Amino acid sequence: MFKKSVAELGRALIAGEVSAVELARIFLERIESHKDLNAFLDVRPEVTLAQARAADARIAKGEATPLTGVPIAHKDIFVTRDFHSTASSRMLKDYLSPFDATVVEKLGSAGMVALGKLNCDEFAMGSSNENSHYGNVLNPWDKTAVPGGSSGGSAAAVAARIAPAATATDTGGSIREPAAFSGVTGIKPTYGRASRWGMIAFASSLDQAGIMTRSAEDAALIFNAMLGFDPKDSTSVERAHEDYTRSLDLDLKGLRIGVPKEFFGDGLKPDVEKAVREALAEYAKLGARLVDISLPNAALGIPVYYVIAPAECSSNLSRFDGVRYGHRAAHYADLIDMMKKSRSEGFGPEPKRRILIGTYVLSHGYYDAYYIQAQKVRRIIADEFQRAFRECDLIGGPVTTSVAFGFGEKAADPVAMYLSDLYTIPGSLAGIPGMSIPCGFGAKNRPVGLQLMANYFDEARLLGAAHRYQQATDWHLRMPKDFA
Amino acid sequence: MALTLSDVKRIAHLARIEVTDAEAGQALGQLNDIFKLIEQLQSVDTSGIEPMSHPLGGSQRLREDVASSAENREASMRNAPSQLDGLFLVPKVIE
Repeated sequence: MFKKSVAELGRALIAGEVSAVELARIFLERIESHKDLNAFLDVRPEVTLAQARAADARIAKGEATPLTGVPIAHKDIFVTRDFHSTASSRMLKDYLSPFDATVVEKLGSAGMVALGKLNCDEFAMGSSNENSHYGNVLNPWDKTAVPGGSSGGSAAAVAARIAPAATATDTGGSIREPAAFSGVTGIKPTYGRASRWGMIAFASSLDQAGIMTRSAEDAALIFNAMLGFDPKDSTSVERAHEDYTRSLDLDLKGLRIGVPKEFFGDGLKPDVEKAVREALAEYAKLGARLVDISLPNAALGIPVYYVIAPAECSSNLSRFDGVRYGHRAAHYADLIDMMKKSRSEGFGPEPKRRILIGTYVLSHGYYDAYYIQAQKVRRIIADEFQRAFRECDLIGGPVTTSVAFGFGEKAADPVAMYLSDLYTIPGSLAGIPGMSIPCGFGAKNRPVGLQLMANYFDEARLLGAAHRYQQATDWHLRMPKDFA
Repeated sequence: MALTLSDVKRIAHLARIEVTDAEAGQALGQLNDIFKLIEQLQSVDTSGIEPMSHPLGGSQRLREDVASSAENREASMRNAPSQLDGLFLVPKVIE
């Protein structure tokens, strides 16, 4: 049962082949028996089982949605009433939110059953999940490799089939990179599609919620319940409700997939390039047309990102002052000292580093030279995508330069770590939807992801193109052997 | 441009983060590496380009200007490190 997709589980529940309570027990047991992955930070069987019983009652009344009774786990960036919400930080240890994030609430209203909260990089800052205050998450394919970050717990949980689906968030690649490293399907929608209400903020002009699943079809089903306008988020987009499954039968014939030459440069490892080129060739075989395109300034995405994201982070994280919630130091001299000591003890090294960068680039005398200049280059990059989409319908390329690296390989060198988001950051800066789908294996038999990006609000076609590839190939069905 | 140790301490003070000399020294090297990366932006010609503050442009929506009462004060305050009678307690500010 744990190997089934979200779509299959939904059908089995409605057909009465399994109950929501039985399913919840199956996954709770798997979470328990694979504790060494350290994917979960908070599990409360009584909460999960109560939600499962409510789902069963709803199914019995004939009021089920295709998702009712299907378990899901939430990245610990979304606040929840029934589970602790820590952002993987010491700062928010034992924090209990008075409300549920909109994404959590919407999936709960559809009847999905919450399995618990997932480990991630502290405040979603990182590319390897090594920045969690609560320890590393292991990659189910190879426990000596990182699962990717920041949504490392989400990726590992879905890869190991200890959750059929998991929410995640993406600021510069935090859904796509771990999805690629852990061999699962991960998608971030257009900026503004998913509510940011109750998502602990990192960089507000970039943060966007998305989902990790086994397949594009499952992601489309969940998007139907998860996305939509939310008056509580001032950057939420007001658009009519869409059916994200409507293009799953997309005809690939004549679909133009743009292949940016800048994504196949010197930094790309040959094993990743081989798998990605083969995936693109598969698309050509299925009828799509590959078009050479150029995103000349895409590589500037990294410096732009490391000005804008830290600037917004330093502003957002100023709310942690030891007064209203969060860690407060035990000993201090006065108010300022209390704040300094509380923040110094509560934040780990990466958030501190980014707060310092952000404070500097926003400070008097540097604001125009760094922050405004970065916002201008951000527009240059976004405009290049618009030019590219005149020549193609989707963009295809690698998600990462290499397969998952080992623990400690990049941890001491922030710049090396930052460069691992080379191919995901440009799309985040533009705010377009992007996804990673499994497309093979590279060095040390670690998974490779194919990145597909679409123009604003074109998620249905993006999901359709991914689904057609997954009907023709079986990379997304492969499972790490210890978990099969 | 390279930061000095006193720059790091000044920024840390502005950011309300306590750093020891050893931490500031370690941060200095890493921050300078990061600023070397960021320096690439200085050579880009951005004349005539509008800064992009938000992917979809436009201004942010504001809600109706009506008073609302805080929902569930008790639940909202239960994470406070120190409180009394529905108020947050902080160290004495005014002598």
